[in-house]
Amino acid sequence: MTTMTPVVLNKDSMIIAREQDVVPFRNRVKEHAVRIGMSLLNQTKLITGASELVRNMLKYGKGGIGMIEILSKGRDNGIRLIFADNGPGIPDIQKAMTDGFTTGKSMGLGLPGTKRLMNEFDIKSEVGKGTTITVIKWKNG
Amino acid sequence: MEKIPILKMGQFLLVTIQVDLYDQLAENLEADLVNMVNKTNARGVLIDVSSVSIIDSFMGRILGNIAMMSKIMDADTVVVGMQPAVAITLVELGLPLKGVYTALNVEKGMELLHSKILPTEQNLEEDDDNDARSSE
Repeated sequence: MTTMTPVVLNKDSMIIAREQDVVPFRNRVKEHAVRIGMSLLNQTKLITGASELVRNMLKYGKGGIGMIEILSKGRDNGIRLIFADNGPGIPDIQKAMTDGFTTGKSMGLGLPGTKRLMNEFDIKSEVGKGTTITVIKWKNG
Repeated sequence: MEKIPILKMGQFLLVTIQVDLYDQLAENLEADLVNMVNKTNARGVLIDVSSVSIIDSFMGRILGNIAMMSKIMDADTVVVGMQPAVAITLVELGLPLKGVYTALNVEKGMELLHSKILPTEQNLEEDDDNDARSSE
């Protein structure tokens, strides 16, 4: 069986530079999720996850860019979010993905919690260069 | 500057969150509420989140902080009206919401707060009775 690669139907992006950008970005994600007819529960999971990742990017990566892509794979549609920053990077990704681990004063749920909320989760980071996190939530996933 | 209104209703404080909170607004609410508990000697805080579509870990931490701070000031906190999708998402995210009481709606939340302050007074009376009996 060959795995299908999703087709990108539409792209959108927003610069995340300050705390006030969190809610508008969330709203933008929601608009796209509503447009493809995502269920309320999946919308809530997607937007909550997006919120966690945007906040992380602001806090640890000093802001960056948030990209929203509308995907089509077979009969399913979905949304891919890409968060890219030029921050300090994450030295130990495995540790960062552990529940309760934090270098800040938060609860350390952001990354592992978001992974649970999404269908696909990918993190790439290079110390001194930055971090890119890609997540996908399928409409019926 | 935008502000979330806090209403005083008898011994309780009532907050209805009708907008998606950005960080500063949430932090201000936390500080305002604790100050109000102090100023009004409130015994309970009721927070209605029925119009909130997203509770992320930041917002969850704010709710937890409010509950913890109020508790130290002798007031209980009850969060009411959480949407099912938000509840499911919170659990998957792994957010514990420690020290926060919850109720289905404002009415049940008020009942809960009333029951929290009344039994303590009743218990005291019962204790007095017991003391009286034991000394007989």
